[in-house]
Amino acid sequence: MGRFFNTNAFRLAALYFALFAASVLTLFAFFYLSTAGFIETQIEATVGAEIRGLQEQYEQLGVGGLVALVRERSLNERVDNMIYVMTDPFLHEVAGNLSGWPRRTTPVKPGWITFPFEVHTHAGSETHTALGTQLILGGDRLLVARDLHDATAFRQRVLSTIAWAALISLGLGIIGGLLMTRQMLRRVESVANTTRHIIHGDFAQRIPLTGSGDEFDQLGGNLNAMLDQIERLMVGMRQVTDNIAHDLRTPLSRLRSRLEVTLIEKPNTARYAEVLRETIAEADQLLGTFNALLSIAEAEAGSRRDSAAMSDLAEIARNVAELYEPVADDKGLTLAVSVPATLPVRGDRHLLSQAIANLLDNALKYTPSGTVSLSVGRDGDAARVEVTDTGPGIPPDRREVVFDRFVRLEGSRSTPGNGLGLSLVRAVATLHGGAVRLEDNDPGLKAIFTLPATPATQAETVRASDARPAA
Amino acid sequence: MKLLVIEDDRTAAAYIAKGLTESGYVVDQAFEGRDGLFMASSSGYDALIVDRMLPGMDGLALIAALRAAEVRTPVLILSALGAVDDRVKGLRAGSDDYLVKPFAFAELLARIEALLRRGPPVQTTTKLKVGDLELDLLARAVSRQGRPIELLPREFSLLEFLMRHAGQVVTRTMLLESVWDYHFDPQTNVIDVHISRLRQKVDKGFAHPMLQTVRGAGYRLSVE
Repeated sequence: MGRFFNTNAFRLAALYFALFAASVLTLFAFFYLSTAGFIETQIEATVGAEIRGLQEQYEQLGVGGLVALVRERSLNERVDNMIYVMTDPFLHEVAGNLSGWPRRTTPVKPGWITFPFEVHTHAGSETHTALGTQLILGGDRLLVARDLHDATAFRQRVLSTIAWAALISLGLGIIGGLLMTRQMLRRVESVANTTRHIIHGDFAQRIPLTGSGDEFDQLGGNLNAMLDQIERLMVGMRQVTDNIAHDLRTPLSRLRSRLEVTLIEKPNTARYAEVLRETIAEADQLLGTFNALLSIAEAEAGSRRDSAAMSDLAEIARNVAELYEPVADDKGLTLAVSVPATLPVRGDRHLLSQAIANLLDNALKYTPSGTVSLSVGRDGDAARVEVTDTGPGIPPDRREVVFDRFVRLEGSRSTPGNGLGLSLVRAVATLHGGAVRLEDNDPGLKAIFTLPATPATQAETVRASDARPAA
Repeated sequence: MKLLVIEDDRTAAAYIAKGLTESGYVVDQAFEGRDGLFMASSSGYDALIVDRMLPGMDGLALIAALRAAEVRTPVLILSALGAVDDRVKGLRAGSDDYLVKPFAFAELLARIEALLRRGPPVQTTTKLKVGDLELDLLARAVSRQGRPIELLPREFSLLEFLMRHAGQVVTRTMLLESVWDYHFDPQTNVIDVHISRLRQKVDKGFAHPMLQTVRGAGYRLSVE
């Protein structure tokens, strides 16, 4: 329970309760004051009207008439609990229904007094309080008052009713607050429980949702989406690590056994040198694989800043084509290049160069004869780089798999390569908010690499052509 | 030529020192940043080879401190951090070249040679001459034994770089970085193809081939 009092939910409930209590109390206090005050105001009004009426009578009928009137009104049991006392200047009662001028009077406000008096009931006598006002007429004095007993009883009644109502409201407030807190705590606790399970390794756990679509549900939904994303990344990472472990272990163990066997052979110096050279070549290949993996990781984790710089895709493509042109020439292939004067894109020049180089490299490597083409252009809102070849192509069901790391198709294993080229192309495309896909070139393969292009405004075109680095 | 290797991995430092000594250099070693800075600023070295991540003092801070103290010794950074950003940071800190670990020793040797021969940039040179091969930077013209040789713009840049480093081994990576400004290794050996094209134009029909392939390292342009 100690934990409960330490929760935010409890503090919230306490605050809620305090506000609730304050408003209930204020409301009831206002209610009490206005009700109780209303009765007293009424009494004052009645007494005031009566004494004014008597004064008028006095002015019309004189003392004798007034005495007669007071006597008449005092005859019956006190009508409406009205009290009349009329005395001569020496406070000797002349008329009235009270035994003499009250001895102990307390002024309450100018012109008004209260005083205690005895009331005879069946059970005996009890003391009531009356509220009244007096009039001095010549030498005579007139006191008109009203018994406050009923008003006091009413006031008491109101007070006790209000007290009970307040008590009940506050009780309900506490219970409501506690229930609300418990409810909230339970929702938060379910999130905490789930995360605890996940921390302890049960990654399949998800936060239960109530389906109400409230804030807790939204929070839970977001957390679940985040967990899904993390899980996807983790699975991807595990695959990559497995791949790396496999694809680096193979050449490493080959390297190791080569060295071991050479030692057993007890070879001569020339043989040693040869084996060492082979080993270095193999190590270089391993390092190449490492570097390629690092480049992919770099592109995948790439900072948006790099991909936000302005580059000229046309110029990048031209330069890469120029780099590979002699390779195509050597192999007897035609390299057809179709690139516009300029095509500004937001992107990292190095990464884009490498991506296009990898696509061209693949096309040239796997095409025994024919034409390899590189074309760059605008395709609606996208900048599009297309590399086609007339090689053997890739069967439709394998065109997605080849983007995975270390995937090399049967029949390509004899050619040099590490199965990472297309993975890098995809990572670069993704980093730049673009995409890459393979299609049938009939015959051959068509690789389509798209990037979001910036609008071809005059200013950008000019800036892009100005920004050409001096190579 | 006296070199200082500042590298905290003693095994790696020993290999580098041994390799450089075999190649005819006098090599000192420091295994810690502060020692390295002290040695580099006191004794007269011709070049420094500095690891980036060093105990005591970070390699970049060391270079910055040297440059602030007006020590202009050429510096080559050796680092496992190979992203373009890292290179830029390294070069901005005041180093002259940047080599990413792991590296081929031939690559390191070629780059050190290039650093040592770099010297002050000669702006006024408009003509390069190696043996009977001449290159006119203004006219963008090349000739050998007075016979003009037609070159494509990139071939011209390639030859210019080779001529500026005449007699030295130049690696494929150095060419890719300097002539093409690419910091990645193309899978196919494109540089070999470009060199053989250039060789066709520069050496064909002449008695002495100038553009040689150095096995396991790169290329060298020299009068032989």
